[in-house]
Amino acid sequence: MEPSLSGFLMIGAVLFVCGVVCMATKRNAIGVLMGVELVLNGANVNLVAFSEYTHLGIDGQIYSLFIIVLAAAEAAVALAIALNFYNNHLTIDVDRANKLKG
Amino acid sequence: MIGESVFFTLFTITACFGAIAVVVSQRMVRMAFWLIISLGSTAGLFFLINADFVGAVQLMIYVGGTLVLLVFAVMLTSSGPYLKIETSPGETVLAGMVGLLFLFMVIGTQAGVDWNGTNERIAVAAGLPEATEFDSGSDGNTLRTIGMSLLGLRPDRGGAETGELHTGYLLPFEIVSVHLLVVLVGAAYLARAKRRQTA
Repeated sequence: MEPSLSGFLMIGAVLFVCGVVCMATKRNAIGVLMGVELVLNGANVNLVAFSEYTHLGIDGQIYSLFIIVLAAAEAAVALAIALNFYNNHLTIDVDRANKLKG
Repeated sequence: MIGESVFFTLFTITACFGAIAVVVSQRMVRMAFWLIISLGSTAGLFFLINADFVGAVQLMIYVGGTLVLLVFAVMLTSSGPYLKIETSPGETVLAGMVGLLFLFMVIGTQAGVDWNGTNERIAVAAGLPEATEFDSGSDGNTLRTIGMSLLGLRPDRGGAETGELHTGYLLPFEIVSVHLLVVLVGAAYLARAKRRQTA
């Protein structure tokens, strides 16, 4: 396969869909986080591909840098929340997080 | 170029297979391993299309930082060895079908768009010059351009001679810096060990 814009968009689509399915099906909170990482990575692939193959230029790469930083920040906060949840419930199963249910 | 095609095919297969394996595997540590494979080969793809700085950042921050953080979280939150929290088979089949449908929808949508035509029209509408190729003498050397853009200058858009200024990314850079600081302070506050009330 030659590298092409549509090829990169396909990879981005596969990563995005895998991330969404991962977020929807995993009952482990850390697994949901990994799904989020996959989705953000798919967006990164798209942005860098557009930066190479269209007039977007260097802007696409800068957006993807911001996405990487935001993903790191999101992972840090989400892990802190997961640790707190584990300390309170002694499990990491998101189905058990139903204290606020009416 | 033959080498480019070989590496593109290789990294495509490993990135997609790693992502699918993350969804399929049930053990957390194996999921983290497949995520490392997927994100690492994505970094390889970035190197292929002249995004050397983004590829390096992907390797260092994503693979080296965020994923290590995730692995630590897996270790800190498992109540026993080989922790498995399984989804029921019916849910798995349903999720697979919905995922396949979603994949076909996304790919069909992007195949239906004429990207080259759109690109030309946007270039005409925005009055951009010819395709903004990176400097062919230093192909893929994007470090200086990215650094100056984050400082608010746009050397790739020209204008240094005419005194014309183009908007850079100084303000988003500052915002994301403060955001990262606040987030890390908040994370340290949330995750700290609770002191018992000794009264």
